Amino acid sequence: MSGQTVSLVMAGSGGAGVVTAGSLLLEAAARAGWYAYMTRSSGPQIRGGEAAVMIRLGTEPIASHDDRFHLLVGVDWQNVGRFAAEIPLGPESLIIGDPGEGETPEVFVRSGAQQIALPMKALAKKVPDGRPNMVAFGAIAGMIGLTEDVVLGVLRDSLKRKGEEAIAASIAAFRAGVEAAADFPAVPRLPAGKSDTSERWSITGNEATGMGALRGGVRFVAAYPITPATEVLEWLAPALPKVGGVLVQAEDELASINQIIGGSYGGVPSLTATSGPGLALMTESLGLAVAAEVPIVVIDVMRVGPSTGIATKSEQADLNIAVYGLHGDAPHLVLAPTSVADCLFTTQWAVHLAESLQTAAIVLTDQAMGQARAVMPRSAAVSFIGQREKPAVLAEGVQYKRYANTASGVSPMAIPGMAGYTYTADGLEHNETGTPSSQASDHQAQLDKRLRKLIGYNYGDHWADITGDQDADTAILTWGSSAGPAREALERLRAAGHAVKLVAVRLISPVQPEKFAEALKGVERVLVVEQSHSGQFHRYLRAQYDLPRQVKALHHPGPLAVRPGAIVEHITQWS
Amino acid sequence: MDACVQQRDYTAKDYKSEVKPIWCPGCGDYSVLAAITRALAAMQLAPENVAVVSGIGCSSRIPAYTSVYGFHGVHGRALPVATGLKIARPDLTVLVTGGDGDGFSIGGNHFLHACRRNVDLTYIVMDNQVYGMTKGQASPTTEPDWEGSKLTPDGAGIESFHPLVVALAAGANFIARCSSSDPNNVADIITQAIRHPGFSLVQVLSPCVTFRPEQLEWKHMVRTAAVDVTEDAARAARRLMTDDGFNVGKVLYKGDRPAYQPEAKGAAAVADLEADFAL
Ligand SMILES: Cc1ncc(C[n+]2csc(CCOP(=O)(O)OP(=O)(O)O)c2C)c(N)n1
Ligand code: SF4
Ligand SMILES: [Mg+2]
Repeated sequence: MSGQTVSLVMAGSGGAGVVTAGSLLLEAAARAGWYAYMTRSSGPQIRGGEAAVMIRLGTEPIASHDDRFHLLVGVDWQNVGRFAAEIPLGPESLIIGDPGEGETPEVFVRSGAQQIALPMKALAKKVPDGRPNMVAFGAIAGMIGLTEDVVLGVLRDSLKRKGEEAIAASIAAFRAGVEAAADFPAVPRLPAGKSDTSERWSITGNEATGMGALRGGVRFVAAYPITPATEVLEWLAPALPKVGGVLVQAEDELASINQIIGGSYGGVPSLTATSGPGLALMTESLGLAVAAEVPIVVIDVMRVGPSTGIATKSEQADLNIAVYGLHGDAPHLVLAPTSVADCLFTTQWAVHLAESLQTAAIVLTDQAMGQARAVMPRSAAVSFIGQREKPAVLAEGVQYKRYANTASGVSPMAIPGMAGYTYTADGLEHNETGTPSSQASDHQAQLDKRLRKLIGYNYGDHWADITGDQDADTAILTWGSSAGPAREALERLRAAGHAVKLVAVRLISPVQPEKFAEALKGVERVLVVEQSHSGQFHRYLRAQYDLPRQVKALHHPGPLAVRPGAIVEHITQWS
Repeated sequence: MDACVQQRDYTAKDYKSEVKPIWCPGCGDYSVLAAITRALAAMQLAPENVAVVSGIGCSSRIPAYTSVYGFHGVHGRALPVATGLKIARPDLTVLVTGGDGDGFSIGGNHFLHACRRNVDLTYIVMDNQVYGMTKGQASPTTEPDWEGSKLTPDGAGIESFHPLVVALAAGANFIARCSSSDPNNVADIITQAIRHPGFSLVQVLSPCVTFRPEQLEWKHMVRTAAVDVTEDAARAARRLMTDDGFNVGKVLYKGDRPAYQPEAKGAAAVADLEADFAL
């Protein structure tokens, strides 16, 4: 990552307030002019379980977590050991614990990190209504160089509703933390950030997805809640009516996908969001949207599967179902954002493509990117508004052919209300007018048409993000959330003098063989990086593309994220 | 409006398409199709402002046989498609057609929630107490001792489902039963159902002459219900729970719940929402 960064974790049991303190820290860092990236982990309890907030702050936009954290602060240690695998530490890390809350879990101690005692509870007690999480916040702020005036501004704004006493208590506890940590060993201190933050956003991937939908023109959403996709829907619920749209809570995912098919058939760009179990329920109707040529967008915020899996944690293992899950030959769009920020662009693009090509688009985000919050540059508006081709005026006596076998494969689509163009949209195979047909020739013609419109379309440069050295002989191929650590690995490798290229694929399907070959020109070896047990992306690439002879795959299941260091190691040790 | 445009009178024929039904000769669904076209003509609805939505089954084939906008989706999901369409396009008149299997078995959950949600839809179920399209299996409305299916040769052995009672309990706003043997009456009931706000259920006894030939007798068994429409749900419940299923020709219950139609009226620009993310 260019620029300097510092990585820290605050953890504690339910009620310890680490999520609150983490959010305040993020807000203060943003106001101080730093960029930020924050993810959370929580225990299986519905409410009040142990939690950890992992935060990385820096002077440049941040794409992923680092290999290790500089600082772990345990407000208490109850069950926090469960998160050990997600909180990598090393001998250069610091662990701050409260001596009154028991010993630091052995899994953390084994990392060799230096341990420091900070009696957060006792210090908080000295302040009327003081809370240990605020003491922890103070200690961290002091150590990384957050100035007090910024923090006080954040505390005043966010605690306004709780009254002056609460503000005073928080400030006093915060100061106690700063003071107590004054002579603690050093962690990286960030230089002062840019003071003008008007062009920056604090946004989660799920919110960015919602915003992308609206920018793309979506005005009807049907929703069935599921972790970790619910926030997409909850952000859209109040936002849609403001811009003239509607969100309906459906009775299940079979209903939500069919409701959006109905809304879109009515001419209104429509979308739903779900996670793996919901996507599985939707597959039959995705095929309907493909066959009846009704544009829809389905967001799948992937979580650990199969079955209920680990609902709150991330994995990139719905690639197969998204690409291959439909019965019959059902060409459709599968897209994947490559960062929190890109959730906005890719969703907007998906709406644009679905509308232009009159088909179903599946957008694969995941828990890690969906629930991560980033302080990032404001996303500039791009003019990708869904445009459906409408039928031209018909000559007298000519019947409208909804599924006309056009050269492009896209058939002009009438919407109810247009006089003279009535037709029946059908999931049954049909002829050009839409009349059900079981003839081989009609089936062949319609299959050809539905494929042709997808493969003949010019997707431009958006099919992948290609960065790094143009004429490198080594490339990293990745997608989705794994693109973040891959970007950081690329920077580290290039800084160390290696020539490497990164291809982060955004358009998973339909495949782009010519563009892919162009991107890999001169490449002799590729490392495929993803977060799935079976290497779904690797297998997909192998099936669909010509890869160079030397291929290595770095893949493991969720919830552990791919770390930049692991990618660097794979490349540097490849001889 | 252009004063020179001639007001056109639509006849039932104007709502029929050229597509020839695949139905068996004598199937009750022919009469239901005729009744739908007559109802639309009676209301003089412009074909382009009407949509007929269905799932899968013999009865679900109706959309292609009409000349209005049609949607023939997958098995059991007609009600959600229609719900999305009507909410996105409240200006349209939306009818839903289908069978007892499509609506009460695979689509049973949607049936409950469509009654409860009370979107302004008219749901016409052609009940033949069998899965016609898949060649004669027991449906939720089949009697437990019907032994005509190879799948359940000793009878389904489970009590049949009472769609009208369930609809009432779930909140449907209009409940009627009629018989395909009297298409004029079916047309009249459908007209009333379309006019009534909210979710309207019209159960039409529509014989499957091929897999339930004994249903040819239905035309002799049905009788005009000796009751007037009630707005009292408790009365309607008693009425529906005590009848033998052959009281037809009448609206049996009418509620006064307003239709569910979330309004899409905000006029803010999408860019205004960016304030959510500003620091
Ligand atoms: C998901 C799915 N499962 C099963 C079927 C097979 N299938 C087609 S129609 C039908 C039953 C139709 O019965 P009903 O709705 O009563 O209509 P009818 O043919 O009697 O008018 C079934 C089971 C299907 N098309 N899709
Ligand atoms: S099988 Fe039965 S329901 Fe289907 S068309 Fe024939 S008679 Fe009608
Ligand atoms: Mg039936």
